[in-house]
Parts: sequence; C-alpha cells; structure tokens
Amino acid sequence: MAIVSRGFRGKRATDPRLPPGQYLEGGFPVLSAGPTPRADLATWTFSITGSGTTRGSWTWAELQALPADDIVKDIHCVTKWTKLDSAWRGVSLDTLLDAVEIDPEEQFALAHCDGGYTTNVPLADLRGGKAWIAYGYDGAPLRPEHGGPARLLIPHLYFWKSAKWVRSIDLSPSDTYGFWEKLGYHAYGDPWKEQRYWGD
Amino acid sequence: MIEAPDEVADLVPDDVPYSVPWRVATLVHRVRETATAMTLELDVPGWRGAMAGQHVDVRLTAEDGYSAQRSYSLASPASMGMPVMGAASERIALTVQVVDDGEVSPYLTEDLEVGDQIELRGPIGNWFVWHPTDTRPVQLVAGGSGLVPLMSMARTHAACGSSAPMRLLVSVRTPADALYADELDRLGPGVEVTRVWTRSGPPAWPGPVGRVSPAQLAASGFAPDDSPRVFVCGPTAFVEAVADALVDLGHDPDLIRTERFGPTGT
Repeated sequence: MAIVSRGFRGKRATDPRLPPGQYLEGGFPVLSAGPTPRADLATWTFSITGSGTTRGSWTWAELQALPADDIVKDIHCVTKWTKLDSAWRGVSLDTLLDAVEIDPEEQFALAHCDGGYTTNVPLADLRGGKAWIAYGYDGAPLRPEHGGPARLLIPHLYFWKSAKWVRSIDLSPSDTYGFWEKLGYHAYGDPWKEQRYWGD
Repeated sequence: MIEAPDEVADLVPDDVPYSVPWRVATLVHRVRETATAMTLELDVPGWRGAMAGQHVDVRLTAEDGYSAQRSYSLASPASMGMPVMGAASERIALTVQVVDDGEVSPYLTEDLEVGDQIELRGPIGNWFVWHPTDTRPVQLVAGGSGLVPLMSMARTHAACGSSAPMRLLVSVRTPADALYADELDRLGPGVEVTRVWTRSGPPAWPGPVGRVSPAQLAASGFAPDDSPRVFVCGPTAFVEAVADALVDLGHDPDLIRTERFGPTGT
C-alpha cells in the first residue's frame, strides 16, 4: 500500500522498455567499488575454468580474432537508471562456451575480474545469445572506466552482473555469491521482477 | 583483492539473512544547506540503524499510482552496532542535492513539508562503509555533494570518539556551494579538514583555486606508508582522477573504496 506524495506528479518518461522503478538515463554513469584497474593487453587473457582446471584460455589477439557481434541492448542499473539502445561489440559467450568441455553438472558460473570483483550467474543465462565478452562500445574500444579492455555483458540482468574488467569465468556444480551478492544485493537480479536486494 | 567482510564470506544462495522492506518516513525537520541542497530529518518507525556511508532508496508515488525511486546517502552518523549511540534510533538525516531537471530531488527539497510522509528502504550498500572499530588511518576525499556519506563517517568518528586519525579533503566549486561549512570547522581533534575550491574561494583565500591535484593529495593526505583506508566520493570524473592519482602516489588499490554521484556525459 503506497503512500501518496501530495502534489507529486513526476516526469512520466514512461517507455515499455523501462522496468519497474527505473528511469531513463541519456548518459552512461560509471559505478565501481574501487580504482579502475590497469590492464596490459600483452599479457591479458580470458579463461574459462572449472573444478580447478582451465578449460579454455584466449589471449587478447585470439579473442579479437573470434567472430564478433554488434549488440544493441537496453541496460538496467540497480541504482535506478536505464539506458536504452546501448551499442556494444563483443564475442558471444556461446562461442566461448562451445569451445570448451563442460561437465553437465556445472550449472553455475562465477565471473572473476581484475581488481578482485566477482559476480555469480547461472550458466543458462550465459547461453542462448544472452551474454557476451564485450570490448567495444559505441563504435570505439571500451573505455577503462566502463570496464575496458573487456567486460561481461548480460543485459537481461541488472548491470552489476555485467562485470567490468572480466578475466575468467569459473564453472561449478554449486552457486556461490559474488561481491555485491554477498553484500546485500539479489543473487539473480532480474530487473523486470525488480530483484535489487536480498529478499526481493 | 576486494573481499567481502568475513561475516558474510561464507554466505550461500537461499541463505538470505534479511530483506529490505519499504518503510514510511515522516519529515520532522528540514535544514537548508545551500541554495540547491536540503537536509531532511526523518522519523522512520522500524528503522534498524545504518553504518556510516550507506544510502537509502526513496520512493515517491503520485495519486494515480505513478512512482519514482532514487537513492540518497545518509548524512546522519552510524547507529548500527554502536550501543553508546542508541541503536534504537529511528531518526535519520538525508542531504539531497537538487539535480537539474531532476524528477525526485526538486520535490524532496522544495515541496516536501514537515509532517509529510514518503517511503524509503534501507540501509543499502555494505561496501562503502567505515566502521568505527577500525583504528587504521582514514582518508576521506569528497567532491561536491559526494561529501554527504563522508560526513556520516566524520560525524560517526566524532560521536564515538574514535582514535583513528581521520583526514577529510573537500573539493567544492565555491563557498556558496559548500555543505556543512560551519560544522566542518568544528569537527575538532582527530579530523583534519582541507578545503579545495575549484572555481573561487572565500575572500582572501590564500590557497590555489582549481581541481584537486596529485600534489595536494600528497600534501594534505596520509602517506601511502601510513596505509590509510581511503574513501572517495563525488562525480565520476572527480573519482576517477583522485583514485588514479592515489594509486600513482603509491596507495594500495585494495584500500581505496569509491562511490560515484550523478550521470556522466559519456
């Protein structure tokens, strides 16, 4: 039962693409928990691991050589802003996951990033054309403060799941909370169900 | 490595210790801080306290059911896990900076009157927090209204007589934009305040005017060898520049926590 705020009308910038509790943002705000890490592309790799073994690893050049998608998606930040039609370029997780061996029991993924950030996502949410390793934004290389050289892009979940500075994805038979998920944010983070915090 | 605190490190999904319900808050007092900022003191029945640096989500609802949510930092000192401060306190303070063309901040600062009710939930954000049990030196670096959560930390430090050395560097455009100006002068022993004016200083201001420089951070802040815990809050460009300069100066990135305010033009 909502309390009515006397005289409040709001801006009513409603759009069917706007999930509940979100507002439209024209810019591209930056949120991160610490300093922006400095990456060296000469030694950079992206890996898929599981049960302590490396299933696949790609250098920067190898990742760039894989088929890339141009992706136009709406992104939804848990801090309430939504950016429509953001334009990315990157490699589908389908391409990467199809290249490695995965135990059928390994249904959960935990992304690891430079700087120590982690986030958890079910493996199913990384498949089926729903997730990418993105390295381009708006026709240019992804800038460091936005997660460059490369970040996860999982636009159907709140944007903290699209981990900046991603370096590996660890597969496991069990789910493990990541950084924000341990600190009170929802384990799954569906913006259309407004799963912002624990218990939502 | 940034690591979540030990007490939640072993948490597993489906093991959620609490939820964050919407609560009804009543405005009991307002304090104009600047021409564009207002502090709202609210009574929140059922409020369970907060740590210094946390924020709340505010929800406004129109008569026809349309609603809008935004986040605001708590300016009041911590009241969680601190029996001497009255953990049962249900009074909180938010400082709201009006956002040009904003949807919620103009209502909160201009239309909300004493006795009016709004909905809020929190506290939110268990990372950008300072615990008064931490005796490590603390460096706070604020840009504009990014001072609000850092003020909660400074007030917590003062209220519980922390022995942790604390330094606060505040970057503000002009004296007319300065939040909590008088209180910063009175924070007293244990909290050293340094001001940086980016456009113009007060009359007869002896220091430079301009953006925070690495040299100023080095001169007024703790040295990397002191291993301070660092909290930086402000607009994105400010936070990026300050955090980057601190890393260049030799500060451990793992001790630097950041929070950003407002949109960027990128």
